[in-house]
Amino acid sequence: MSTMNPEAQSSLVAPQKAAPALPMTETAARVGRLPLRQRLLSLVNHSLVAVIVVLIALIWSVPTLGLFISSFRPPSLIHTTGWWTALVPPWSFTIENYENVLHAQGLGQAFLNSLIIAIPGTIIPTLVAAFAAYAFAWMEFPGRDWIFLMIVALMVIPVQMTLIPVLGLYTMFTQVTGLQLTGNYVGIWLMHTALGLPFAVYLLRNFFAGLPSDLFESARIDGASNINIFFRILLPLSVPSLASLVIFQFMWVWNDLLVALVFMGGNPDRAPMTVTIANLVNSYGSNWEVLTAAAFISMALPLVIFFTLQRYFVRGILAGSVKG
Amino acid sequence: MIKAIEEQRSLPTKTTARRKRFSLTPWLWIGLAVLFVIIFLLYPMFFTIWLSFLDATSTHFVGLHNYLLIFTNSSLLEVLRNNLLWLVLATVATVVLGLLIAVLVDRVRFESVAKAAIFVPMALSFVAAGVIWRFVYEYEPPGQTQIGLLNALVTALGGQPQAWITDSRFNNFALIAVYVWMWTGFCMVILSAAIKGIPSEILEAARCDGAGEITIFFRIIVPMISPTIAVVTTTMIINILKIFDIVYVMTGGDYGTNVVAVEYYQQLFNFNNFGVASALAVLLLLAIIPIMYFNIRRFRVQEAQR
Repeated sequence: MSTMNPEAQSSLVAPQKAAPALPMTETAARVGRLPLRQRLLSLVNHSLVAVIVVLIALIWSVPTLGLFISSFRPPSLIHTTGWWTALVPPWSFTIENYENVLHAQGLGQAFLNSLIIAIPGTIIPTLVAAFAAYAFAWMEFPGRDWIFLMIVALMVIPVQMTLIPVLGLYTMFTQVTGLQLTGNYVGIWLMHTALGLPFAVYLLRNFFAGLPSDLFESARIDGASNINIFFRILLPLSVPSLASLVIFQFMWVWNDLLVALVFMGGNPDRAPMTVTIANLVNSYGSNWEVLTAAAFISMALPLVIFFTLQRYFVRGILAGSVKG
Repeated sequence: MIKAIEEQRSLPTKTTARRKRFSLTPWLWIGLAVLFVIIFLLYPMFFTIWLSFLDATSTHFVGLHNYLLIFTNSSLLEVLRNNLLWLVLATVATVVLGLLIAVLVDRVRFESVAKAAIFVPMALSFVAAGVIWRFVYEYEPPGQTQIGLLNALVTALGGQPQAWITDSRFNNFALIAVYVWMWTGFCMVILSAAIKGIPSEILEAARCDGAGEITIFFRIIVPMISPTIAVVTTTMIINILKIFDIVYVMTGGDYGTNVVAVEYYQQLFNFNNFGVASALAVLLLLAIIPIMYFNIRRFRVQEAQR
């Protein structure tokens, strides 16, 4: 809010004349130095800016709101009237769309699959990256900077560059061991681990390197091993950046379509929600009672995370771009 | 572990001497990460480049044939054209809108609420966004009740309803709008943080000197946050080059909306043409390499400063 002050101060308005007609009476209560015309102008500007911002926020929210409202309307109404007509009485809402989607369309299983894919798909890369980041930040070894730079460079590799050879590796693995990786959770966990690693290593290494070196030196003098330092000092101190990373990676895996299509597309029983919904769109193009409820179920968890952990969520994304 | 125990015993007297000697410990710590990167990123990258010079079944060497095909086949050229359209329009729209909204939002009291409203789409998957916007663009023939918001607005204003998704005059723009809806919030949040980092004395001084808000925007705010604008723009470019989900969910690449990533997927799974698919992936990589270079250079500057 402090950055608003210069502007607010320059918009002071004499209270008697212009203010009552306009909404910003609080600022008007203060005494101004500027000529009346200018003060009026900036007041108008202020209200105009507020109106524009409200409009933009509305435009950004209305599409999601429409989907949300529609998902609770009876199918017959969805197809004959616009969702906005549901805002005024007579109200007629139902949860049958959700019941239908969860049971008949198999979205309940898909939701579970998404969790089964996303939770290890977040924990494994975070742990692997944290180990590596500790070494990159606080150990000296030949080639350290070059290896780190290589990993940073790989952050922007298009997923498409990796899919065909990895599919080939998985087939080879199956031929040798008889175990399936394609269409199996393990295969997709490994892929998400690899794809998430560069950013995770980068983010954590930068955070670890920013911690004061006295911390590590005194711990070493007290006889702490690397393992001890890592689990007892480093991880507890890094909870905020770990939280940002975990949320970022979880959302990435949860919302991913391409990797899931490639590795799980052939196995609908284990496919996550993004794949299931994309299939629903293909086969039910305009069956809105199915699609609206399905889409909203897939949005529910990310929305809860966003609104409860907004700070970490935003921070993770900020770190991912400003530094990367 | 042995190393660690050994280290405990010998500390603190020999620390500096020991550091010079080869030690296995760091390699154990980075080993797993490096293994993952080599198996799943580095090796596939070189292998894909090799595959792009082989034929559909990866049995014969065909040189640059796949690339020539991409640049001569009319439907593949359309794919490239669409990607270019995406790249220019979506990047400019998200960054410019994000910047404008960041500046505007800075001046209202309900800043955090407005920001949250604009940022929320970032939390959704492209798939969910695709469904949301298919519903907005829903088309019914003229004369019938329009249940899609956009066509309802158009008809209310006296226009004709349009098939936004299938009509090739609009559909690319309609899809790009979905991306802009999702990612403008991202640009806004980052640019807004940069704007708040501008010392208020500078802005006040400019205002005292009689500079108007527009002058301040172009002469002070934009130049001062230009490094951040560059970062946001490169992030957008990397994302947009690989755009897949929106097109896959909303049109499946039909009606003249196909892009490189969707074409790649179709070449791979519908046509089983590994050669062309790999060549498309390599094109994406080539487009990203300058950005990779830019990123590394910036990173090294940052490192030099710390």
